[in-house]
Amino acid sequence: MSFEDWYRQDRLPHIYCAGCGNGTVVNCTLAAVEQMAWKKEDTVFVSGIGCSSRAPGYIVTDSLHTTHGRAIAFATGVKLANPDLHVVVFTGDGDLAAIGGNHFIHACRRNIDLTVVCMNNQIYGMTGGQGSPTTPLGCLSSTTPYGCAETPFDLCDLAIAAGANYVSRWTSYHVKELEKAVLAGLQTPGFSFIEALVQCPTAFGRRNKFKQVADHVEYLRSHSMLKAKHDRLLEQGEPVPTDMFIVGELMRRNRPALGVKP
Amino acid sequence: MAVKLPKKGGVFIQMEDEIASMASIIGASWTGARAMTATSGPGFSLMMENIGYAAMTETPCVVVNIQRGGPSTGQPTMGAQGDMMQCRFGSHGDYSVIALCPASVQEMYELTAKAFNLADKYRVPVFLMADEVVGHMREKIIIPDSVEQVPRKALVKGTLPFKADSDLIPGFPQFGKSYGVHVTGLTHDERGYPCATNPKLHESLVMRLVDKIESARREMADFDILNPDAELVFIAYGAPVRTVQQIMHDHPHDNIGFLRIRTVWPFPEYALGEFKNARHFLVPEMNLGQIAREIERHTKVSVTSLPKLGGELHTPAELLAAREAYR
Repeated sequence: MSFEDWYRQDRLPHIYCAGCGNGTVVNCTLAAVEQMAWKKEDTVFVSGIGCSSRAPGYIVTDSLHTTHGRAIAFATGVKLANPDLHVVVFTGDGDLAAIGGNHFIHACRRNIDLTVVCMNNQIYGMTGGQGSPTTPLGCLSSTTPYGCAETPFDLCDLAIAAGANYVSRWTSYHVKELEKAVLAGLQTPGFSFIEALVQCPTAFGRRNKFKQVADHVEYLRSHSMLKAKHDRLLEQGEPVPTDMFIVGELMRRNRPALGVKP
Repeated sequence: MAVKLPKKGGVFIQMEDEIASMASIIGASWTGARAMTATSGPGFSLMMENIGYAAMTETPCVVVNIQRGGPSTGQPTMGAQGDMMQCRFGSHGDYSVIALCPASVQEMYELTAKAFNLADKYRVPVFLMADEVVGHMREKIIIPDSVEQVPRKALVKGTLPFKADSDLIPGFPQFGKSYGVHVTGLTHDERGYPCATNPKLHESLVMRLVDKIESARREMADFDILNPDAELVFIAYGAPVRTVQQIMHDHPHDNIGFLRIRTVWPFPEYALGEFKNARHFLVPEMNLGQIAREIERHTKVSVTSLPKLGGELHTPAELLAAREAYR
C-alpha cells in the first residue's frame, strides 16, 4: 500500500496550477492517513470552496465538497451522526478564516474530533487573487493594489485561543515535518489544526516579487522560525523578528473532546 | 429535541448559527441519519445557501420554519406566512422542493413524520412551513403506536452514484458503506464529478432536479375538498384553515366551499378544477397573497386574496364579511 492508492486516478489531471503548493499538502496528508492504517470506507474528506477545497475530489473515499466556508459545519454533522468515521477537512485561508471564521472558532471551542488541514496561500487564488484574512501587511493582491493595510490573522493563535487540542504550522518546504504534524493531528482526539503555508505562483507570487516558484518556497523556508528558537529568544529577552512564521508543534493538550467514541 | 433525542439514541447539537445548522444536518444525512433543524424567518434566510446545496446534491433533510412577521427581525412572537415563496425559490438557481403546512398540533406531528418520508423518497429538502399560531398551540394530540417509515432507496453497487432510475431519483450512496462517492455542489455528471462548464449536462441535471418533484405532484398531494359544488370557495393552508373551519362550523347550511391544502409545494393545481361551480376563490393568508398569486395562474375563476399582516389570525367575522362581499 502507498498513499498514492488514495488518489482517484480517473479524476486526474487536477486543476492546480504549475508550481502550486497544494499538491504537496495533499500528499503529506495522505501519507499520514496511510500510516494511520484507516480503511478507505471509514474515512471521509470534507471541504468548502477554493483551490484547497478541490482536494477531496481527487481522493477515492467518500467526500463532501460543500459551500464556501462551511466545511467544518458539514463535517461536524458527519462526525456526530457517525463517530466511527474518520473525518478530515481540507480548507484554505479565505475559506477558513473569512467566510468560515465563525465555524472555525466554534469547532475549536467544541473541540470536535476533526483534523483540519489549511493550505494558507495568503490570497484567494481561485477567484482572481483578492486579499484574504492572512494576506500580510503591505502585500499586493487584486483588492489591495496599494498594499494590504489590514493586519492578518495568525490562524494558529486563533485555534489555540479558541480551544483546539492540537495545533501545528509548517510550510510546503517542510514536507517531512508537515506529514508528521498531520499524523499527530490525526492521532490526537479532539480538534486538530494544521496550517501549511503554501506558494501560489499564479495569484500571490507574481504580484509579490516571487518570479520563480523556487524563490517563494525559499522565502517560506528562510522565514520559518522553529517554535523552540522563538521561545528561546523570548526567554532571553531578545527581539523576535516580525516577518517570520513560527513553525512547529504549537499546542498539544487534552481538553474534553466532542464526537469521540467512548 | 435536546431532551428527547439523546434518550432515543439520537444526537442533538446546537450549532453556532443557522448556516451551520443547515450544513450539519446535510453532513449527518450523508451518513444515513435522518436529520432536521428548526428555525424562524431570520434563521431561514441564513439557511438558504445550504438549502440550495441540499437541493443540488439531493440530500434528504427536513427544515421546520415557524413563520413570524417579517421582513428582518420583524415580529419574533407573532404569526405570519410570509416565507412561502422563500421556501420555494429562496436559494439561487432553479430547483424544486416540497413544503407541508400543518394547521394543528396533530398535523404538526403527522406532517413531520411525512416530511421525513418524502425527503428520503425524493432526496430533497422538505419544509414544514408552520407559523407561530400553530407553533405555540396547545391542543390534544393522539400519538399512534407506530409511524410508517419509508427507507431511502440504496444505490445498487456498481451503479453510477448520480445516475437516476426511471423515477428520476438516484439510489443513495451512504457514507461509510464503501461507495467512495464524491458529493459536490458544483454541476456534476452521473459519477458525481464536477462538469461545471458543460451546458447540456447542467440543463439535464437541473431539469431532473425539478422534474423528479414536479412530476410527482399528484403522488405527494395532500388536500381536503369540502362542498365541491359551492360557488364561493375558501382556499387555505396553515393557521387560516382554523378560521375557515370555524365559519363552516358556525354556518353548516351555507354551502361554503373549502380547499384546505397541506402539501403547498409542489402546488396541487389540479385540485382547483374539482370545484366545478366555483365563481370565486377567496384566499385568506397571513401574507400579501403569495399563494393567491400561485392559484391565479392556474385558474380562470376569479381569485381574491384576503391578506392579513400584523401577526394575528383572520377572525371569523373578517372571513364572513369577505364572503358577503363576493356572494
